[in-house]
Amino acid sequence: MEQKEIITAPDEQQEYVINMGPQHPSTHGVLRLLVSLKGEIVKNVQPHVGYIHSGIEKMCESLTYPQIIHLTDRMDYLSASINNEAVCLTVEKALEVDIPDRIKVIRTIMSELTRIQSHQLWWASFGMDLGGLTCFFYGLRDREKVLDIFEETCGGRMIVSYNCPGGLMYDIHPNFRKRVKEFIKYFRKKLPEYDQLLTGNVIFHERSKGIGKLSKEDAISFGITGPTGRASGFSCDVRKHEPYSAYDRVQFKEVLLNEGDTYARYIARIEEMWESMKIIEQLIDNIPEGPFAVKMKPVIKLPEGEYYQRVETARGELGVFVISDGNKNPYRVKFRSPNFCNLSVLNHIASGFKIADLVAIGGSLDLVIPDIDR
Amino acid sequence: MDKIQLGEFIKTLTGEFEVKEGKQFVEVTLHPSSLYQLAKQLRESEETKFDFLFCISGVDYGTDLGVVYHLRSTQYDHVVVLKTRTSDREHPMVDSIADIWEAAEFHEREVFDLLGIKFRNHPDLRRLFLDNSWGFPLRKDYVDDINIVTK
Repeated sequence: MEQKEIITAPDEQQEYVINMGPQHPSTHGVLRLLVSLKGEIVKNVQPHVGYIHSGIEKMCESLTYPQIIHLTDRMDYLSASINNEAVCLTVEKALEVDIPDRIKVIRTIMSELTRIQSHQLWWASFGMDLGGLTCFFYGLRDREKVLDIFEETCGGRMIVSYNCPGGLMYDIHPNFRKRVKEFIKYFRKKLPEYDQLLTGNVIFHERSKGIGKLSKEDAISFGITGPTGRASGFSCDVRKHEPYSAYDRVQFKEVLLNEGDTYARYIARIEEMWESMKIIEQLIDNIPEGPFAVKMKPVIKLPEGEYYQRVETARGELGVFVISDGNKNPYRVKFRSPNFCNLSVLNHIASGFKIADLVAIGGSLDLVIPDIDR
Repeated sequence: MDKIQLGEFIKTLTGEFEVKEGKQFVEVTLHPSSLYQLAKQLRESEETKFDFLFCISGVDYGTDLGVVYHLRSTQYDHVVVLKTRTSDREHPMVDSIADIWEAAEFHEREVFDLLGIKFRNHPDLRRLFLDNSWGFPLRKDYVDDINIVTK
């Protein structure tokens, strides 16, 4: 039999490129990473995006403002309620509409529930990325409770479209208060389980501490916001800096850490879940009476000009930049999406680490791909 | 510094530009040729310290193509908007600010991809979402052959 020539190991100096994604379980969606490796060390990561580019900004130019809201759900589908709120706030700011307290409080509660369920899913999948499959079951078990609350009040579980310019689509369900209180009571008991399962785990520490360090200066320069930025000590919480809705009347702490590694980003999100629960507890018993929506004109036209509104989604700062020429359609809409900026730092922080760490780093950035592609 | 003081201070910087106090932010309108110089001063000046570039949007104004930059200072929490536009629709060219703010690299690639505005000295100017067979969809004269976006 003819003997095949044994292929020798590649020269140590030689880099080789592997293709991670677009269908890879740890990229959470269709993100393709072109990874240059030297042995097991990552030398360069080039993200290739656009597999689900849907042209939302272009579509917005031919849609009316109430219609745009339904597109924003599809961007960062885990922060759907907060994305809706961003567009509503922009329209309300432009038209100088006064929003009653009841709407503000309900919006804030909805946003914080959205943040909790988003972090729960992140925790579940992050644990799974690092090999702890149990995390996925724990995370999704608790997330179902929030989604059930959404389903009862909004009709949708993920794509809620609950906000509309001038208020809310419909009033809260009679069970809403009771179920939210039940959930908070339940989740206060369950969140320590997350710590027992993963936070104190030695293997987890080995895989996350000191991995993917991001300094504060770099975080600001790259425009990294949200828990990722705050884990590097960058104070960027829009809820504190430019309070919208009911955030100016609640007490909560902006979670700031200085380490900037994967572990710090993990802790930042766990702490944020506690803070979100605190916010909901302060508001849930004090939902004022009143209408759930302000009467708006049937055709909403923004006065000519430019409007910028930012909100804090579960992943960072979402900005809505609207240029209006006075018509019922916007002239130009730009969504400054948090994930887009957070992705840009991946090459910077993953270079020099092992390829297995790339999975941990990518997971800790908590990317949602439709928000990048839009 | 409040909005008026910030506007007054920016007027003292070198370069050719117009400062206007907008409804929401201080707005600076300038020619693409003086963009880089002013951006660098805004970043480095002790009084302004605009270290956080949070948004770059390309806009098609009909006759002109423009780029809008939103800058914030994390220390003073003030915001400035830089607006530049060029009437050259064939080869629009603006200086890249990717070496001043790292965030600009991706944002500028996005603007190039969707509006076809080129950035001089950009480290890696490739299309981001679409491939080269596409036109530039966010331009107002873009022909939507297959009715992806219908009126």
